[in-house]
Amino acid sequence: MALLPPRWRLVLIVLVAFCLPILSGVAWLFLTGSFDRVHGLIPQGSVALKNWRFLWEAVGGRPPIRVPLVNSIIFSIVVSTSVVLISSMAAYAISRMSFPGRRMYLGLVLVLHAFPAVSLLIAIFYILRRLGLFDTLLGVILVKTTLELPLGIWLMKGFFDFLSWEMEMAALVDGMSRWTLFRKIALPLVRPGLLALWTFSLLSAWGEFILPFTFIVSSQNFTMAMYLQTFLSEAFADFGMLAAVGVFYALPVVVLFMIGQRFLLNIYSGGVKG
Amino acid sequence: MRGISVRLKALSKSFGKVVALKTLDLDVKAGELVAFLGPSGCGKTTTLLMIAGIYQPTGGEIYFGDRRIEHLHPRDRDVGMVFQSYALYPHLTLFENVAFPLRLKRTPNTEITEKVTQTAALLGIEHVLDRRPAQVSGGQQQRGALARALVKEPQVLLLDEPLSNLDAQIRVQARGEIRRLQQDLGVTSILVTHDQAEALAMADRVAVFSTGELQQFATPEELYRRPANVFVARFVGHPPMNLLDGEFANGQFAMGDVRIPVPRGHPEGPGSLGIRPEDANLDGEIPVRTVVLETLGRENLVTVRLGTADIRVLVDQSIRPKPGQAVRLGYKPDRVHFFDQGGTRIGL
Repeated sequence: MALLPPRWRLVLIVLVAFCLPILSGVAWLFLTGSFDRVHGLIPQGSVALKNWRFLWEAVGGRPPIRVPLVNSIIFSIVVSTSVVLISSMAAYAISRMSFPGRRMYLGLVLVLHAFPAVSLLIAIFYILRRLGLFDTLLGVILVKTTLELPLGIWLMKGFFDFLSWEMEMAALVDGMSRWTLFRKIALPLVRPGLLALWTFSLLSAWGEFILPFTFIVSSQNFTMAMYLQTFLSEAFADFGMLAAVGVFYALPVVVLFMIGQRFLLNIYSGGVKG
Repeated sequence: MRGISVRLKALSKSFGKVVALKTLDLDVKAGELVAFLGPSGCGKTTTLLMIAGIYQPTGGEIYFGDRRIEHLHPRDRDVGMVFQSYALYPHLTLFENVAFPLRLKRTPNTEITEKVTQTAALLGIEHVLDRRPAQVSGGQQQRGALARALVKEPQVLLLDEPLSNLDAQIRVQARGEIRRLQQDLGVTSILVTHDQAEALAMADRVAVFSTGELQQFATPEELYRRPANVFVARFVGHPPMNLLDGEFANGQFAMGDVRIPVPRGHPEGPGSLGIRPEDANLDGEIPVRTVVLETLGRENLVTVRLGTADIRVLVDQSIRPKPGQAVRLGYKPDRVHFFDQGGTRIGL
């Protein structure tokens, strides 16, 4: 910090000032989760483990924590993996092949990306009920995957666009079919994109609230976000435990972000290095 | 490795409304190296990619030997190809790059190792096989690409501007190496290039293309001595041929007020007269004025003005006329070229 020139010290102070509300929120979360009581941001009493008892016992008629935890893990992993698989294939086709309606398809995908998903909730509800997928994890997985696809397709198309045509021609002359070429040459070369998209979708699915909240009712199918919400909807909210669950829920995201931030940065720069 | 003949019959290609290649008939003999020469957008690469099987022809037929192949997938054509960008797979080592075509053919591992090492040794890259393309020099990448094309012992070798990304010095060396290798292996080869020096130096025969049409298909000597039309005359040879537009009549070539006596065999009426800078001299009778002198080292290139036309003359390095100085232009009478109004060669 000593090396920072004075002008940048000012910038840093301004940035910290803007981040204060968020930082204090995070601080509140940790403190409230760890202590008996908290006045403002000042802990009262001793460090309290009782806020964390949801980890080893079912609290107030809720299912044990492993149920929403496992559900959330399945939900996130299936969604992110499907998004990566489907988007990479669709994007490759859009980027590399000419077929009738290609331009229209591209435009449609973009419109879908811009479309507010919340406005579709009622329609999706009817569709899921018709299909017998209402109140199932599979139903929500399908909906979430679909809503994530437009972004994934556009993102991956950007990565595939960077691949050299001559390399694909070389692969064909070497004796590859289009499918082998896709698997052995194109996919490995857009690996940074695949990892970025996978991390991004995983985080997005992990944090998803409105879809499970709308389409799931049985507590056996709850995800973590819904589990957390149940603490808020009580008449006398146990803020200590609410905060502890919040920390527990956020922890994987923080860890994953620290591991995956290198890939995520790729999304925003959008490049692929051969 | 034995070559096979390649025959193109009424081959054509259009992209939508754009005609990339008008009807092309061309025969490449077994074991021959043929260069496709022309400026960018002339149809030479399009033709090559049709032979490789990347593009489907709009019309016409392609034969390898007696086998008609234009409908076959690239992998069933038995061709090796080197691209301008080399197009090596950046995520694989050079060894794996070269081994790739063999792996796709499910060649046993021991045979792969043997063949890759052998081919790499032939090209002098055996010591960098464990590196990735980005970790070796441009020249080594180029050899890697060549090794990948040759390792499967193709019947036809296609080279798309393989030297244009190399430094000038390595380029001259590489073109000699490729030529020697091609002759040793006897593989039928087609080289696409926009560099006339490269085409003349490497090829048995050169096909000159312009705007999707074959202009002339002949040996390098023939192209140089007897260009079929004005385009070839301008494109082949360096510095390029001087071409003067005017009118032929009674043993004279008239260009405005200037009259030049010309040898027999010229056409009558409007046309062009061509003379290469190396076939002109400053020991003649035609009075001209020096415009500029360029020192090339072994020779000097003098630009002189005749009427409204600039003519370039290659002279001995001891001859150094100053700009504005009057000199007398001459030429070897048996080395002049005549073209009619449409640009087609007339006479010998």
